Amino acid sequence: MDTQTWTFVIVGATFALYIGIAIWTRASSTKEFYVAGGGVPPLANGMATAADWMSAASFISMAGILSFAGYDGSVYLLGWTGGYVLLALLLAPYLRKFGKFTVPDFVGDRYYSKSARVVAVLCAIFVSFTYVAGQMRGVGVVFSRFLEVDITLGVLIGMALVFFYAVLGGMKGITYTQVAQYVVLIFAFMVPAIFISLMLTDNPIPQLGFGAELSGELGTRIAGVEATTLLSKLNGLHEELGFAAYTDGSKSTLDVFCITAALMVGTAGLPHVIVRFYTVPRVRDARTSAGWALLLIAILYTTAPAVAAFARTNLIDSVRDAHYDPAAAPAGERGVPEWFHTWESTGLLAWQDKNGDGRVQYVAGAAFAGAPEFTGETGAHGERLVANAPDASANELYIDRDIMVLANPEIARLPAWVIALVAAGALAAALSTAAGLLLVVSTAISHDLLKRTFLPEISEKRELLAARVAAAFAVGLAGYFGIHPPGFVAEVVAFAFGLAASTFFPAILLGIFTRTANREGVIAGMLSGLVFTAAYIVYFKFLGGTKAQLLFGISPEGIGTLGMAVNFVVAFVVSRFTPPPPLEVQELVEDIRVPKGAATPAHAH
Amino acid sequence: MSAPSLTAGAEDSHPTSAPAAPAAIDRKAYWRTNVKVLGVLLVLWFAVSFGAGILFHEELDAVNLPGTGFPLGFWFAQQGAIFVFVAIIWVYAAVMNRLDRRFGVYED
Repeated sequence: MDTQTWTFVIVGATFALYIGIAIWTRASSTKEFYVAGGGVPPLANGMATAADWMSAASFISMAGILSFAGYDGSVYLLGWTGGYVLLALLLAPYLRKFGKFTVPDFVGDRYYSKSARVVAVLCAIFVSFTYVAGQMRGVGVVFSRFLEVDITLGVLIGMALVFFYAVLGGMKGITYTQVAQYVVLIFAFMVPAIFISLMLTDNPIPQLGFGAELSGELGTRIAGVEATTLLSKLNGLHEELGFAAYTDGSKSTLDVFCITAALMVGTAGLPHVIVRFYTVPRVRDARTSAGWALLLIAILYTTAPAVAAFARTNLIDSVRDAHYDPAAAPAGERGVPEWFHTWESTGLLAWQDKNGDGRVQYVAGAAFAGAPEFTGETGAHGERLVANAPDASANELYIDRDIMVLANPEIARLPAWVIALVAAGALAAALSTAAGLLLVVSTAISHDLLKRTFLPEISEKRELLAARVAAAFAVGLAGYFGIHPPGFVAEVVAFAFGLAASTFFPAILLGIFTRTANREGVIAGMLSGLVFTAAYIVYFKFLGGTKAQLLFGISPEGIGTLGMAVNFVVAFVVSRFTPPPPLEVQELVEDIRVPKGAATPAHAH
Repeated sequence: MSAPSLTAGAEDSHPTSAPAAPAAIDRKAYWRTNVKVLGVLLVLWFAVSFGAGILFHEELDAVNLPGTGFPLGFWFAQQGAIFVFVAIIWVYAAVMNRLDRRFGVYED
């Protein structure tokens, strides 16, 4: 069978599986729709959380980013895993004890304020939509690359699928689909990684191969005469080509510190992750399921940097000074590998023969500005010509970072079914994240806005219907943004984390760890954190702020850390000078700190 | 950055007007122990990520992780800290399970 057929078969089979699970796990009450009835076993919740968390970006783009950023990419690895420590130790067990269904539920009850609840709802919706648009786009892109269908059609297929299990099954359907999606995505990520590790270092465990000596089929050739470790070879290659050493960064330490902290705290404050911990039966299950979640996430997150280094070494070695037309290479010189031409035809790679020698010069610097615009004509060596004006640098090669994961199976010459598996894995990653986010949006509308704020008398049946309608509406809107992506998607992702870090995290943390944080303090804190962070990001991302103007050289991605500090200080000071929370709220705080006993009936679910 | 949470938790020990059932005393001790456990684990969390992986990564890069080709600081930033994170959560879950039993708040 060819790759195309394999892809149809494997993607089709996984979709059939997801639909089967959705029918089997239909939600019949609001509690099942919002928190899967609160009866999800910790391991299953861990798998679902891992699939929920790892998006198309984690699956496809992260290894590519690491590959080109080297040490600087560590901010994502540390940030997106370290946040789970904060979540498991500081938030999840207490929120589970609190019970209820959503993050705005906690903010509204703990700070005895409808306005606090509404602010939290708006933040939750904004953060979730920011994210989900990217996921639907990801579905479309995977479809178009692997199945050669239109991106729009790909998004529509993804919408139909998510609609089916999110609207029917609610949290219950989503949870068990995510369990299946985790298995698909981790298998799809690990298989090529293991093969590449074997080829370059003769070690089947990528985490070990990453620090090993070059050996094996491809590794021995790359190492040359002298035995050397993968990383020192890679650092050497980087030095020869004028890049910063792979294991060394080019960002300032303070900036790396702040970005990492903002991503960690933002991760712990993201509503679609927090809400997963409401679905387990007991407080101690919340702790264990956070342990499972991070363990399962760590499998991918420690493999990705290894894949990044393997792919980078292999890329530099195989394209540097290779002849674009292998047939034209004189004896003893190499032509570019076959995948070079495959990926050039998808537009993710472009070569501009600046010095006209027919060979690929790959050094530090841009080949040209922006993404390639192909003219439709071919050049002297058969390459696709681009209309972009060449950059002054000697570099002739443009590479989209996503290639690092997508082309891995071809680079490692793996069979066609592995390529199909990668497509199914990328789809699983995108769909599982999209579904989790859409649920947050629908819950925010039907539960937080309708039931808890504007229509308290609504019957359970009608609330469930409202949740389904809201979910359907959210799927439609997300699909629209997937088909017509707003140009600022990449920019607003910084927003999502900055916002979660500077609003939710401090509000929830203070709500658990102090009895004295009150309504006035926390609302003032959230608003000042929000305004500070948003103003900084908007100024530098949209209003043309320059690098020299950055506060202490902190980039917009890291400003959430300062926003969080502002929030804490303001909340603390204002709480000091305003009346303390009512007694029953102070008792609520006492109550959520202990797993069992003395729960007032209002919190027993 | 873990500092605000810890001091905020510690200052909570002043007396409260909550009903003085016998269990209330246990709850206070339970919470204080919890905050102590949290503090120790968060110091470790900070040390492996922000400490070894970021602030001191250049100094640590001078040596390799024994037996491998990893510069030590780089290893912490891209591998080691993540392994420690996983361990921290499991240790916390285990310690708290014991604590829950000791204070009679273990859920069946």
